Amino acid sequence: MNIAIPGQPSPVQGLAPVAKPTRGQISIKNVTKIYDPEGVNVMAVDDCSMEIAAGEVCMIVGPSGCGKTTLLNAIAGFHSITSGEIRLDGELLCGPGKPKADQGADRIVVFQHGALFPWKTLAENVAYGPMVQGKLSKKDALEKAHFKLAEAGLGDFGGKYPGEVSSGMARRAEIVRALINDPAVLLLDEPYRAMDALTKSIMHESLLEVYDRTKVTIFFITHDLDEAIFLGDKVYVVTTRPCRLKKTVEVKLPRPRNFEMLSSEEFRVLVSEINEAVHEEAIKAFQSGEREMA
Amino acid sequence: MATTTVTTNEVPQRRVAPTGLALAWHRFKKSLRSPTPYLTVFGIFLWFFTYWLLCEGLQLPRFVKIPGPVTIISEWFSTNPSQGISIFTPEYYHHIAVSCRRIAIAFFLATAIGVPLGLLMGWSRAFHDYTFPILETLRPIPILAWVPLAILMFQGYETPVIFLATLASLFVTTLNTMLGVQSIDEAYFRAAGCLGSSKWDVFKHVVVPGALPYIFTGLQISIGVAWFSLVAAEMVSGDYGLGYLILSSYVNGVTVPMVIGMLTLGFVGWFTSVLVRMIGDRLMQWHVRALALQGR
Ligand SMILES: Nc1ncnc2c1ncn2[C@@H]1O[C@H](COP(=O)(O)OP(=O)(O)O)[C@@H](O)[C@H]1O
Ligand SMILES: [Mg+2]
Repeated sequence: MNIAIPGQPSPVQGLAPVAKPTRGQISIKNVTKIYDPEGVNVMAVDDCSMEIAAGEVCMIVGPSGCGKTTLLNAIAGFHSITSGEIRLDGELLCGPGKPKADQGADRIVVFQHGALFPWKTLAENVAYGPMVQGKLSKKDALEKAHFKLAEAGLGDFGGKYPGEVSSGMARRAEIVRALINDPAVLLLDEPYRAMDALTKSIMHESLLEVYDRTKVTIFFITHDLDEAIFLGDKVYVVTTRPCRLKKTVEVKLPRPRNFEMLSSEEFRVLVSEINEAVHEEAIKAFQSGEREMA
Repeated sequence: MATTTVTTNEVPQRRVAPTGLALAWHRFKKSLRSPTPYLTVFGIFLWFFTYWLLCEGLQLPRFVKIPGPVTIISEWFSTNPSQGISIFTPEYYHHIAVSCRRIAIAFFLATAIGVPLGLLMGWSRAFHDYTFPILETLRPIPILAWVPLAILMFQGYETPVIFLATLASLFVTTLNTMLGVQSIDEAYFRAAGCLGSSKWDVFKHVVVPGALPYIFTGLQISIGVAWFSLVAAEMVSGDYGLGYLILSSYVNGVTVPMVIGMLTLGFVGWFTSVLVRMIGDRLMQWHVRALALQGR
């Protein structure tokens, strides 16, 4: 399935199916994170463990302010953890003796409000990774960037600045910017939260298309249960703060996914199963009455 | 499925955005349809009329001594000015040229020192901690208070004057550049980190372009500040220049060249500030285009 936008090259179809993914296995063991703002300890993540298989689409669902972003930031290397360890493909990212992971192009984040550089065109943004890593010359990187954008149906927009395209386009370009580096994991922090339902469904379609093509491990934080089930292989429901794994639900819907599945019986059963777990936590979060942060 | 054909009025369909001269023409035509140009012209007329009424029309007691607009303009454009300065006297241009040269040097120095200094202050916490208190202490001191020190420190007319103008605009440029770096969203730094940037890459691709809008706002202010501190400096220590012209005319009791000097200063200062903005817009196409889409 792909989105037919007139006058644009459609995404490449019928690529050879990617072999069973071998990269991007994340293991999170007993991770605890305590913030210490002005002498008051805030425990954001408490003894949280998760095993994410290589090539899995892992959806993290939990109430606002429970510590999901904290977990993602620890994996990305934006901040340290207090105890526990996180490994990527067996290699230690952070753990005892190394509280903060190094940032690297094997784990790339797509941000909630988008972080394409507004001063670079879409093509320059996409070319940025390979260029600064010294993998390609500037010219070759730009050429490849145009190709990758065309592959994602954004061929006509390479010369535009992010401020000139819709938020949906920008988010897609941001995913292209991540994938051109061939990362082991894609980390998405509520990337479609601020979008309307129609744009969101187009975003889902294109992310699914990207996943079917690359089989990259996806670590995806969301509030939206339908989104979690529609996109994910596994849904991890986490508790209200401090964040801990409450329930894992496997989604056995076949791939490639399509919108008919949204109205299937199986889908509805999954929604109510997850809803129950999430609702419990949502009530706890609500009763604690904390002001949520994005 | 639409089965009926709706006949619409002929709506001109423009598919390609005009550029260059065509764009300028388009903007000009559009502006004629807005009240702005008419209000501007009317506003100028109104101010001049008030000025004329006070000085030359009604000849109010305190205003008689002030040269009115008719006197000023006839003197300014006279081939044989009675008080020595008009657009036909070489001296007039000499004053302008001397001031412009000083501004150019001072503005260049202030930018060359202030922008890197501000970038470092915004980017490095340690550097900020070392320098910020000193900057904040020196900044409120008015430029006139520096004049005696400048004269003691430097010889001749030229260097102290340029030093004073540089100093004034240096503070503005540095501070704005620093704020510019601090205003950059943390997400851009994180994104750059994820994509494998070295420290230098972050500096080149995030810090500098991210701070650019603030830098250019700062430069526009700083060139204005350079003008008024230069004039203050020229009044105290000078041989030529618009500031010198204004003060020496006053001392010699010729008020018309004084007002001509003031107006010339205003126009030239305005022009330089527009020049800086145009250079900024050139360098920040992304910013200009984003603002244009918001209808600004
Ligand atoms: N830098 C920080 N300093 C102190 N507390 C923080 C910081 N970042 C987040 N927190 C707190 O940690 C908790 C979890 O935040 P976060 O991980 O952003 O939640 P989520 O992404 O699940 O909404 C929140 O209560 C928040 O107030
Ligand atoms: Mg969050």
